[in-house]
Amino acid sequence: MNAEALLYCDTHEWVFVTDEDGQQIATVGISAFAVEQLTDLVYMELPTVGAAVTGGEEFGEVESVKAVSALYSPVSGTVIEVNEGLPDNLDILNSDPYSAGWIMKVKVDGALPANLLDYDAYQRQCGESG
Amino acid sequence: MPFTYNTPAQQAEMLQAIGAGSIDELFQSIPAEMQLGRPLNIPPALGELELTSHMQELARQNTDITQSACFLGAGSYDHFVPAVIDTLASRGEFYTSYTPYQPEVSQGNLQVMFEYQTLICQLTGMDVSNASLYDGGSATVEAMLMACSITRRHTKVIVLESVHPEYRQIIETYFKTIGTQVVTISDPSQLPEELDEATAAVLVQSPNFFGNVEDLSTLAEQVHDAGALLVCSVDPISLGILKRPGDAGVDIVVAEGQSLGTPLLYGGPYLGIMACREKFVRRLPGRIAGQTVDQHGNRCWVLTLQTREQHIRREKATSNICTNQGLFALRAAIYLSVMGPSGMRDVANLCLQKAHYAQQQLTSLDRFEAVTDQPFFKEFVVRDKHGDVSGLLEKAEDFNILAGVPLGKWYPQYEDCLLIAVTEKRTRDEIDQLVEVLGS
Repeated sequence: MNAEALLYCDTHEWVFVTDEDGQQIATVGISAFAVEQLTDLVYMELPTVGAAVTGGEEFGEVESVKAVSALYSPVSGTVIEVNEGLPDNLDILNSDPYSAGWIMKVKVDGALPANLLDYDAYQRQCGESG
Repeated sequence: MPFTYNTPAQQAEMLQAIGAGSIDELFQSIPAEMQLGRPLNIPPALGELELTSHMQELARQNTDITQSACFLGAGSYDHFVPAVIDTLASRGEFYTSYTPYQPEVSQGNLQVMFEYQTLICQLTGMDVSNASLYDGGSATVEAMLMACSITRRHTKVIVLESVHPEYRQIIETYFKTIGTQVVTISDPSQLPEELDEATAAVLVQSPNFFGNVEDLSTLAEQVHDAGALLVCSVDPISLGILKRPGDAGVDIVVAEGQSLGTPLLYGGPYLGIMACREKFVRRLPGRIAGQTVDQHGNRCWVLTLQTREQHIRREKATSNICTNQGLFALRAAIYLSVMGPSGMRDVANLCLQKAHYAQQQLTSLDRFEAVTDQPFFKEFVVRDKHGDVSGLLEKAEDFNILAGVPLGKWYPQYEDCLLIAVTEKRTRDEIDQLVEVLGS
């Protein structure tokens, strides 16, 4: 997936929304900037399929050698799929955070939150905080 | 311990430094009706000589288990403590070290924790152990909280009534404040009707509070079918002969570790043992020592997986426990090393044989009967058909026998019952005397 085509949270998750028969499906991951800041990743806890997630609230966590960080969902809805193999191959997040490194897919309830950032706005934010 | 008091001159100096004119003025923010308004009702001060004899006189009224035959159990047991434990554990390097966790200065302590964890894993059949918690009761509640976090079910847990009543009280205290329902069932046969998809965990004790061995494998199967976890509190000594909980499908094992090399100590401090499956290690509270290599490639030890812990993760930590019971974990590690697998088997077998001899002798008397035919390990319940448990205990005390723990305090249905523990330390003479005194 092309990083420039994605939307971002200010908490460093990305989301890519597709339309499947009128239903919005959001694929969610974390940005290359986030992976770089976290340094060596050692563990990730995925949500369970069928779980409800809420925009702006935690859906899982990622652990690096220095900290555990919460993962925040960009959208509200129901988890329909998770990337089961990812926790055992966290290196993927270094090489391919925007495609093979996806974390979950969510059947979106309602409209997308208005506060998601486009690529340029997100890059500006990273420039400021990094 | 020296008593350091402050002189009137020192008091005046301190009052001046904080800007108060007198002690009364210092306490003026306390409402008058809350103040005592008179000196404490205690006798005048004694001179050193008088005080020493007064204290010695009081001390002579104490008794301890070196003067009695102790058949008390109910969570604390009079097992033999080999002298090597005190000799090693009282070394200054162990005895005086405070929060010995920095790898640069604490390799000895960290190695002890690592070896303790290894021994606990071998004993329980689990994959990982923490470096210990405060005691059996707090370890039990931590395990239940951990199970809620793992299963992400926070509304309900099930506890068997045969779990130590004080452990159940601790669980109630914690869970009341977090809004998790604690369902207590009196028999494992009630489990199927209570187990549901909201249940995070089932807590069982084996041997249970009454000394009886539970069928852990069957319980584990039922509990896992409901997507819940099985938490089991064990008697570590019993694992010398009983199937290890890890081999019976238990997910989290906890135990009171006092039996492993620590004397009764009037009830504490004791040792909380906690071990689990590897897949749950990130939810395991407390310290974990890990083995690694230093920059020269030498084997060494550090605290590991610290991102679970409060000092790094703050409000999202697995628990607010940031320490371990280091000295007692050390004692347990020495005990287990000294005993070895064959020693553990021997001590467990002695407990088993002596407890069964005592139970048979007592229940062969007309006055006593067993309350269950469930298998037991080193502790058992007898019912006094005359219904005079306190009379029996008083009579036994006259013969320097601590005959057992009355159960009425916790279980009204066992008002007329005694819980009797028999460790390897009890001799045949002591058991025969117990039977004779209780039966006379």
